[in-house]
This record gives sequence, C-alpha cells and structure tokens, in this order.
Amino acid sequence: MSIGLHKSEFKNPVIRWVDSRLPLFTMMQKEYGTFPTPRNFNYFWNFGALAMVSLMIMILTGVFLSMNYTAHTGYAFDSVERIMRDVNYGWLLRYVHANGASMFFIVVYIHIWRGMYYGSYKAPRELLWMLGVVIFLLMMATAFMGYVLPWGQMSFWGATVITNLFSAFPVVGSHIVTWLWGGFSVDNPTLNRFFSLHYLLPFVIAGVVFLHIAALHITGSNNPLGIDPKGPQDTIPFHPYYTSKDSVGLVVYFIVFAILVFFMPNYLGHPDNYIPANPMVTPTHIVPEWYFLPYYAILRAVPDKLGGVLLMFGSIALLFVLPWLDGSPVRSMRFRPLARIAFALFTLNFFVLLYVGGKPAEEPYVTISRFATAYYFAYFLVILPLLARLERPLPLPESIARAVLGRGGGPIPMAAAAKPMEKA
Amino acid sequence: MRMLKSLVLLGAMAIAPAAYAAGEEIHLPETRFSSDGIFGTFDRASVQRGFQVYREVCSNCHSMRLLSYRNLSEIGLTEEQIRAVAADVQVQDGPNDEGQMFERPGRPSDRFRRPFANDAAARTANNGALPPDFSVIAKAREGGPHYIQALLTGYEDPPAGFTLGDGMNYNRYFPGHQIAMAAPLNPDQVEYADHTPATVEQMSRDVALFLHWAAEPELEQRRQMGIKIVLFLGVLGVLAYGVKRRIWADLH
Repeated sequence: MSIGLHKSEFKNPVIRWVDSRLPLFTMMQKEYGTFPTPRNFNYFWNFGALAMVSLMIMILTGVFLSMNYTAHTGYAFDSVERIMRDVNYGWLLRYVHANGASMFFIVVYIHIWRGMYYGSYKAPRELLWMLGVVIFLLMMATAFMGYVLPWGQMSFWGATVITNLFSAFPVVGSHIVTWLWGGFSVDNPTLNRFFSLHYLLPFVIAGVVFLHIAALHITGSNNPLGIDPKGPQDTIPFHPYYTSKDSVGLVVYFIVFAILVFFMPNYLGHPDNYIPANPMVTPTHIVPEWYFLPYYAILRAVPDKLGGVLLMFGSIALLFVLPWLDGSPVRSMRFRPLARIAFALFTLNFFVLLYVGGKPAEEPYVTISRFATAYYFAYFLVILPLLARLERPLPLPESIARAVLGRGGGPIPMAAAAKPMEKA
Repeated sequence: MRMLKSLVLLGAMAIAPAAYAAGEEIHLPETRFSSDGIFGTFDRASVQRGFQVYREVCSNCHSMRLLSYRNLSEIGLTEEQIRAVAADVQVQDGPNDEGQMFERPGRPSDRFRRPFANDAAARTANNGALPPDFSVIAKAREGGPHYIQALLTGYEDPPAGFTLGDGMNYNRYFPGHQIAMAAPLNPDQVEYADHTPATVEQMSRDVALFLHWAAEPELEQRRQMGIKIVLFLGVLGVLAYGVKRRIWADLH
C-alpha cells in the first residue's frame, strides 16, 4: 500500500473525509458488505455471529453488574441479592448475565460441533480453528471465575475443588495452589483476584475473537459441502444475504434466551448457590455448571487424581491438534460415510458425558463415564487417523453452484453432479 | 483445614461412593401453588397469611436478613400496617451523639429483625443446630415452596428400626430424615384475620408461598415482561424470516 490518502468511494462528504484518512468504512464494506461468502450456508452458520452477540451481551451486563457488586467474602452474597432486590432491573441484569453464560456455551458448543462436522478445522483454516480453541479455553476460565463471585456454597466449593486440581502435579502442585489462592484456602484474596480476572478475560476474549475473524476473512468461510468456491457463481455478498439469514437465527436465539431468563432463570443453576458460602459445611454433592459436566466426567473417570487432571486437560488439548489428527482431505462429513457415523456417536457420547458428569461418583455412572471417556479419546486418536487412510469418501460435487442449483434447493444431488475424488 | 480439603476431594472426585450418603430419592407430594406455571402470581391473601405465620412462629428462630419491612408493600400491606409491623420490634441503633448504642422502635426502612445476635447464639438456643436464614430459602432448596410445604407437613413417627439422634425429629421429606427442628406448626397456632381455618396444611401452604415471594419478589414483573418479550420476538421472528425469504428469492 502506498502512502497517502485512501481513495474512498463513499459519496457522503463526512464519511468520505473520515474514510480517506482512516478507511474504516471501506473495510466494513469489504469485510461485511460485499465479502464473498459461499451461497450454500445452512443455519449452523448462524452460530459464529450468535457467539459474537453473546459476548457483547455478557460484557455489557457484566459492566453494569460490577457497578453494584462487592468483591469481599463478607459482602459478595448480599451484594448480589441487593442487585436482585434493590437495583432497578437488577434482577434482569443478573439473570441475563447468569443465563447468558449458558447461552454463550450452548452457542459455542454448536459452533464447535459445526466446525467438526463440516471439517472447518482443515487446511487452510487450522490457525482459525486453533484461535477458536483458545477462545473456548478463555471462556471456560472466565465462566468458572464468574461462578465463584456470588460466593454461594457451589461457588466456594467449586472453586476449592477446581483449584485443588493443580495440587495433583508432583512437587510444585501444592505451591501452585497456594499461589492461585493467594493464601492457604479459598478466601478473600481468591475472590478478589477472580473478580479482577473475570473482568479482564472477556476483553482478552474480544481480542482473540478479532484475530479469529481476521483469520476467517483471509481464508474465507467453509461451507456445508466443504469444497472451495470456484468462482463468482459460488458466492454471494455477505450483505444482505447473510445479514438477513443471521437475523432469523438471532431472533430464535433471543426467544430461547428470553424463555430461560423470564420463566426459568434458575433452572440451569444449582439451588445450593443460594446458600452463602460456608467453609465448614461441604455440600453432599459438588457439581460444576452444566457446561463443564462432560469434562468433569472425564476428570472423575479414572481412579487417579493426576491421571484425571491430565485426561481432562488432554481432552481439550486434543482440539488444538485436531487438524493434524484428521488427515482426510474431504472436509464435509456429508461425503464421509464412516466418519459421519463415528461423529454421530461422538456427539451422543458427549451428551452421555454431560449426563454422568452431573451424577454422583457411584455405579453405574463410573463405568459409563469410563467407556464414554475412552470413546472421546478414541475418536480423536484412533478413529479419525484410521478413517483418513481407510475410508472411501463419496464423490464430491463439482461446484457449490452446481450442487445447490442442480435441483432447485432440494437435497444435494451427491451422485448427480459429482466427479471422482482427488486425493490432495 | 487439611482434613476438610481431603474430604472435599473425596466427595467430589473419589470413585468410592462413600461421600454421597443418603442417596435415596425423595418424592415431594403433589401440591399446587398460585405461583406455579408461567402465568403464576402470588395470591396476596395467602402471602399475607404466610407473613403472619412467619412473624408469629418462624421468626422466633429464623432470620430474614435480606428483607426490609418496606418490602411488605409488595404483598399488599398498607403504609400504616407496615409502620405498625416495624414499630412492633425494638432495633439497636447508634452510636448517638454521646457515643452510646440505643434501642428504638423499628422503621419501614429497617431490615427484618434477627432473632439472635449471631450464629453462635442461635446454635446455643437450638440444641447446636443453626436455623437457616429464610431470605432466599425457596431458591436454595430443590422444589422451592413445594419442598417447604412438604417439610412442614412431613413430621411423623420414625419407621421401626430407625434410630434418631439425640433431640432430633423424624421428617419424611428432609434429606436423611433427621431434622433438628421439632414440628413447628400446630393446629390453630395463629388466628387468621380472614377467618381461614388455621390447619397445619393451610399454614404451611401460606408460609411456603410467603417464602417464595421473599426469595423471588420480582417474579410477577419478570413473567409479565417475559410474556410481552416472547410475543414480540415471535412477531419479529416471522418478519425476519419473511425478509430473509424475500431477499433470497432471486437466488433460487
């Protein structure tokens, strides 16, 4: 790019003045207006935008909640209830924030599921995928610390259990835990630093989201067929086609969100968190929030503490290397008859883990969680690498346009508009 | 602390089911409250009777430290009634100009008076058991008001072979069935101003609903707002879908 004013194409003199000095408008027009996007997205492609909306809702409600919250073990619980009772629409802010976390995870889980089914992690989108995993990890840390802030029984004991995981590491373990706590038990210093980090991390997430989107706009989006657009007939401008399609998904998202907030605001929470934290009384059954349950099940699946901790971290670390575990050049599982079955089982298995994670550590849940954990790891480490060698994919369509327009919007005619698979 | 820590880890992660005692499922009896369902509201007469039960019976042991007397206007008490209720208790205030603490009659802006000065005093007066605060109890128990009503009507003789601890009572719905609180309600323990017969069943229903209101005072406003918002979003959704169809029409 040459030095000098940008040659803006905007007619409005004010916009033109700004745009020629800082081409924000040109950039938005390029990235969100005319941005060429595959014409065949299904509604699963709404979830990236929905995740973005979730993040903005969380940051906005969070900023206002923090204006009324007191990060002190003696006041935290009461300050949250004061928000519920005495702050104007404080109950709305808090319930939107609490259920917003659940909505964020629902949306992101579906977003990840879509990426795994349609092979969005494969070349050239590996880095885009890895940035997404970073966002997911940051979300988990942020959500965990947020759940501690109301200082109820589950806040306190959840924090105790999860921070204690680090004590499993030999030699340095107990030092790490003391360092995390800022003392010798979960106490006021812990609450203070968790509040600080809970406020900080969402902005780190926003930064990584920016990189995630920047990387997306380099490679362009994947699509349900998993084949690259071959020309202008395969793409449509983002606006108005996908802005209008995302709007439909957004309204449905808000309806689900509203039902949670207004009619069942505590359904996804745990009643024990309305009991103020008490270090002297352990709840009979400590469970994390629902979105951590699959990983909690993996943690508890082996009778060894360090083993469980390593498995749990490993289960997420695997996502980072997924692009290299799955060597099949075919992205979309529509054309992978065996991988498709394995992934359907993986999905089911994820729900099994979620279910047993919420159950006490007793039979039959322990045995189930072991089988489910075994399948979780087998899917990444055995099934995908093997299928990449053994599976015979179905023939891929020639182009997106042929596949979509071939039979007027009906099911994709896989056999009709197809040519033999080429091994990349 | 070390023992506590290992206990936690045992309870949370150990494979041995030791920590999860009393795993039997307890089924609550079928009851209906005016606050049930998405259109549910608080029956004002019942909530007010429930407040009377709390005031005359429960409040001897159970605090409601998050509520103020002024909040009672939300369940239909008049300004004068609230003043009278508040003035009925002596609260400690101060220090005054001489630096002394003093007692004065309660005001609507005061929090509900606590029956005990602190937890230790509460335990001492109650055979070592701490009567829990009632401010959010309906949100803090699975089943909410249904559980509270079941508990209050669930006192019975222990089944044969069941050994009760010293000073404990058998309750069908309490986890583990041993509860330190003796059956708190007896027939005609309160005299309702509206002449509703004060059966144990009636009083427990009323106080359960009162506690539900106390835990979720925003419930009615929340549901009304929710119905409007979901209806609005339904219409918006149809419009958004229509717009999307129109825009996409030229592509197919």
